[in-house]
Amino acid sequence: MFTAFFFTLKRFGVPVSINEWMTLQEALKAGLADASLSVFYRLARAILVKNESYYDRYDRAFAEYFKGIESDDILVDEILKGLEDVDPLTLTEAEKRLLQALPLEEVLENFRKQWEEGHYKGHVGGDRAIGTGGRSTQGAFGYNPAGVRIGQGYGRHGSAIQIAEKREFRNYSSDMILDTRILRVALSKLRTLLPEGPFDELDIDNTIDKTCRNAGDLELVWKRSRKNKIKVLLVMDVGGSMEPYHWAVSKLFSAAKSQIKDLKHYYFHNCVYQDLWTDIERSSSIPTSDVINQYDKDYKVIYVGDASMAPSELLDVNGCIEYFYRNEEAGIWWLHKLMARFPASVWLNPMRRRIFETSLSGRMISKIFPMFELTLDGLDEAIRALLKPKRPVITPEEIQSFISRRNRPYQTMY
Amino acid sequence: MKKEFKGTDSYIASDALSEVVNAATALGRPLLVKGEPGTGKTLLAHAVAKDLGKRLLVWNVKSTTKARDGLYIYDTVQRLHDSRFSDNDVSDIKNYIRMGKLGEAFTADEQVVLLIDEIDKADLEFPNDLLNELDEMSFHIHETDETISARHRPIVIITSNNEKELPDAFLRRCLFHFIAFPDEQMMERIVRVHHPDIENKLLAEIIKKFYWVRSLDSLRKKPSTSEIIDWVSALVTGGVDPRRIKKEIPFLGVLIKKEQDIDIVLAQANPY
Repeated sequence: MFTAFFFTLKRFGVPVSINEWMTLQEALKAGLADASLSVFYRLARAILVKNESYYDRYDRAFAEYFKGIESDDILVDEILKGLEDVDPLTLTEAEKRLLQALPLEEVLENFRKQWEEGHYKGHVGGDRAIGTGGRSTQGAFGYNPAGVRIGQGYGRHGSAIQIAEKREFRNYSSDMILDTRILRVALSKLRTLLPEGPFDELDIDNTIDKTCRNAGDLELVWKRSRKNKIKVLLVMDVGGSMEPYHWAVSKLFSAAKSQIKDLKHYYFHNCVYQDLWTDIERSSSIPTSDVINQYDKDYKVIYVGDASMAPSELLDVNGCIEYFYRNEEAGIWWLHKLMARFPASVWLNPMRRRIFETSLSGRMISKIFPMFELTLDGLDEAIRALLKPKRPVITPEEIQSFISRRNRPYQTMY
Repeated sequence: MKKEFKGTDSYIASDALSEVVNAATALGRPLLVKGEPGTGKTLLAHAVAKDLGKRLLVWNVKSTTKARDGLYIYDTVQRLHDSRFSDNDVSDIKNYIRMGKLGEAFTADEQVVLLIDEIDKADLEFPNDLLNELDEMSFHIHETDETISARHRPIVIITSNNEKELPDAFLRRCLFHFIAFPDEQMMERIVRVHHPDIENKLLAEIIKKFYWVRSLDSLRKKPSTSEIIDWVSALVTGGVDPRRIKKEIPFLGVLIKKEQDIDIVLAQANPY
């Protein structure tokens, strides 16, 4: 039943599995949907959707799949068609007699008239509408799901579609730019557990061992349980082009601070060179090589920046946008060094993927670091990328090829 | 006819919520409930137990909780101690096995409601360790080589505060419901449950003000249902005039718990 709905959900990116689909069938079989579309809407949602951030997509898929029932006209046509489609084989003799007593055309005509007059309102399917002359719908058409069920479903149909169309859960949709609580939730996935903290777990093997050595006099040995231990470097772009995203970045920062105990943060402008700023005003700095040497390679590094800059800023010696700042090594080499040191690195970009992938610098940097949008989905993917085995670090040859392949109209300037 | 959950005098459940509870009961699957803090996730289990007249077992999950704790606990230390002085029959391992909450729910004589509260507090692997137990509603005790299976499939309600993502395999086995924040009419009904005698005018002003405060986007923690109920108590006890609520926010500290948020609300309330 509704198999196409399953694929509609898939198409809208709702992760539904066969298991859940079978559960839904089981539920429908048990009559839990109560032949009502709005109950079905909620039942299917409870069974198929396991995260409120997909509610919005579910709503859209639902509205699309069931949209045939949106307008009154279409509904009337469907009901009338449904009535015509009655399968005579399902009739009992008694029902047949009843039906014969009531010409179908007359019923349909009457139904249409009542419908247009609005008599269906407040009535469950309007048994008055169809069952003229005191004959109830149930009596004549009880066997016919198209008659009663669709009619009955209408008000509810409408409301389920309306609920779906209202898209109440748009704010929980994960492609929305983030708020701090959601960010914290996302970042908390970074936590990994390692032995730490008080010795409060009984170490049975050692207890037995010690007790034996103690000539059978009990000696309990305790071990430490596991605690969260994650180390993160947050490296943020505070350049002029990042200004519009300031809010998103500061939210990410405050969320990270509350979730990650060992969080270090540095700033850069457009691209990383030999210095990283330790404050947002860029008044004090630490050599990038110190950062590379100081922190061990277990640190997970999250870069936040729009990665949009002139190719020269990335590829040239002295390419830094700041007039008084000279860099002896092109920025791209610094990025490469950082990546080589900290293989668990990701780059979060506040711009949409389709935009940052069109810029040359964006494309090159995303070859070095896995790059994700600074949205909840993007952050999820980024964190998964941080926790997964690392992809191979880009080779120096590839970096060299970026530099040499570029046509260099401004070459003579340097 | 089996009794269906409809909410209780003190717990108002939306249609969607009661349908989901009934569907979960009928399908014999755990129900996972998420929602903003203070929307009554934990209370749901209490209400279900009360409404259906069943016993409630609460398993509070903490960061150190392990899945096995809920099944059974084998008290090794006690057994070792006893072995020194031969206080008890140390040779019978059964004396040292105690049922956890899940075990208790399985061995109960009648169907119970089991609340697994704040499942996301525990280790990432915690829900995965419970997959089979919740699926088959049975588990195995290694020490005694016994299998405990549920005599009556308990109604399992699981709450999560979204601190951690739950594994997909676990989610597939649950029904899910997100308790959306109540709208104004719903909130009125909820407040009335707790304060049946409140004046209409006062309540209208309170609700208006409350939703205005919630509408401030920059708040770090938006006030929730439990806060409005406390606030109403404070206002009623303090005998505050509805007109005063229109102009200012008395007892703001009941509603807003963070200092920065108080500043934000005050700045918005008195822009000049």
